[in-house]
Amino acid sequence: MIKDDFNIVKSGFHKRRVRFIVVTLIMTILTLILCTSMLYLGNTKYSPEVIIKVILGEQVKGASFAIGSVRLPRMLSGLLAGIAFGMAGSTFQTMLRNPLASPDIIGVTSGSSVATVFCILVLNLSGSIISITAVIAGLIVASLIYILARGGSFSGGRLILIGIGIQAMLNAVISFLLLRANQYDVPAALRWLSGSLNGMSMKNVPVLFLVVVIFGCILVLLGRHLKILELGEQSAITLGLKADQTRILLVLSAVFLIAYATAVTGPIAFVAFLAGPIAGRLAGKGYSNVIPAGLTGAIMVLLADIVGQFAFDTRFPVGILTGIMGAPYLLYLLIRMNRTGGAA
Amino acid sequence: MILISASAISIALCIFASLALGSRNIGLGEVINTLFRQGSESFDALVVKERLPRTVFSIIAGASLGVSGALMQAITRNPVADPSILGVNTGASLFVVSGIAFFHINTASEYIWFALAGAAVTAIFVYRIGSMGAGGATPIKLALAGAATSAALSSLVSAVILPRTDVMNAFRFWQVGSVSGATWEGILTVAPFLIVGLIIAVLSTPALNALALGDDVATGLGVKTGLIRIVGTLAGVLLCGATTALAGPIAFVGLMIPHIMRMFCGPNMSYIIPMSAVGGAVLLTTSDIIGRLIGSPGELEAGIITAFFGAPILILIAMRAKVRSL
Repeated sequence: MIKDDFNIVKSGFHKRRVRFIVVTLIMTILTLILCTSMLYLGNTKYSPEVIIKVILGEQVKGASFAIGSVRLPRMLSGLLAGIAFGMAGSTFQTMLRNPLASPDIIGVTSGSSVATVFCILVLNLSGSIISITAVIAGLIVASLIYILARGGSFSGGRLILIGIGIQAMLNAVISFLLLRANQYDVPAALRWLSGSLNGMSMKNVPVLFLVVVIFGCILVLLGRHLKILELGEQSAITLGLKADQTRILLVLSAVFLIAYATAVTGPIAFVAFLAGPIAGRLAGKGYSNVIPAGLTGAIMVLLADIVGQFAFDTRFPVGILTGIMGAPYLLYLLIRMNRTGGAA
Repeated sequence: MILISASAISIALCIFASLALGSRNIGLGEVINTLFRQGSESFDALVVKERLPRTVFSIIAGASLGVSGALMQAITRNPVADPSILGVNTGASLFVVSGIAFFHINTASEYIWFALAGAAVTAIFVYRIGSMGAGGATPIKLALAGAATSAALSSLVSAVILPRTDVMNAFRFWQVGSVSGATWEGILTVAPFLIVGLIIAVLSTPALNALALGDDVATGLGVKTGLIRIVGTLAGVLLCGATTALAGPIAFVGLMIPHIMRMFCGPNMSYIIPMSAVGGAVLLTTSDIIGRLIGSPGELEAGIITAFFGAPILILIAMRAKVRSL
């Protein structure tokens, strides 16, 4: 009997593992396909040899500009930002044990947005200073929410409610900045606010890449601890996890990822919010879903950008497409979650 | 008695302050002169006359928002129910923007139907989703459902306005929530809706008091709980939807005023409803005055000020609430 039970457990474990690996592999392949099609699609289509030549650094007339300076940075920023949003969102959701508690719902993204809009409209800055301010603002907001929510014992529910309050204040600030701004600067700021990959240049990519690699690795390495935190505060402490330290490290990395990516592309709606739950449903619950969530995020951003660029007469920024594509899934998720009583 | 006189005095103070203060300050004597003696044609008198409609409107709009919040909190028995939390404002925004963009509406009387429809659809939708499952509509579920729906609706709003620059400009000022655009015609257009809403609110206070004891007890006391919920929601939506149509989304008045009033006059709805009206009026008028003073020589919209002061109240509620009741 015992041996049978053991075998059932073992085969279940095996099944979940195979599923996780297969799903992750499929997602990786899908991401790569989307990446190449972003390089391929456009007003002029270039043959694969030309694309490879350009990437390898050869000068090809016309193609070097179209691919090297326009499509490649666009694709890379979308890919990296998508990964960053997905990983950070899924980390927050797992940690707070609520699929709705992603950084864009609880105000962290708004913090970065305020900083960036302020830099664009008031200080007329551009480049890496914006990103640094956005990261600092995101960290300040995240720690503020955390400190306010701590009183007595830590409660995920309280933290979310406080986050929504803070987000409302920050949105008031953004509205104020937009209203006060020069009318000619407003469309630029609005476009940024709805999340856009237009006008990406290669100079943002290396730092974004570094940020994604460093903090992405931290999140992946902490994946096991995250799974333990998901069991709840008490169980985590009983299992020997330093809950507060782990949480701070996780929040720090997630905020770095999301704030930096936000500064580059703008807050792309719903990617951080939906990547985690989608990845979780596809890849199963057995493993920490940081990597699948990152891939899902990348797929969402790239796919939405391709649709936004080529499917309509007006070119819509990627954030609007993700917002509209995400809405039905969001509703489904809300309904399902409340039916099963999954939320706090 | 004390409450009545205190509220009368504070409203009177607000009216005078709102008429007198701004980027050009006007003496009290001149204000009284203009109000009660016809024919004064000095520059100051004209300024006061310009400020009159916005003062009147900020009083009624504030009162409506306050009552609307009190109604929604009583009906849902939920401390964070508020037009802005329930996403009603964004819903109204989406409908109005679509109206501007696709049906070329441009007057307050046309805005109002779109805003009302949007407000009603969103409020019911969010509440339905927030109250699914075990435990009913807990604050956290309701707030999250509202926040998520708002996020979805605002991407739709952006999708509508981004390709249309002219709509963007018309919308930019409406979106923030300001009483500055009020005209007598606009006020007359929304007034019937607000009056109906306020009357329903006052009439339903006994039933709302019973509802506070729980559905079972309320039913035992002879209250039709389903009916009172529908009627109350209708009144709440009328009040906030009509206000939103004219002023744009003004956040958090409905959230904080009932809480503050509960501290003064206890949980009896027949005090809370009228006192919320007074409190909302005072709050919105004061916010408008503050906005004019801070933003001088231009002005800062009242909606920004109320969001800035109101959000900390939400945070306080969250901090004081017991973990369980979230």
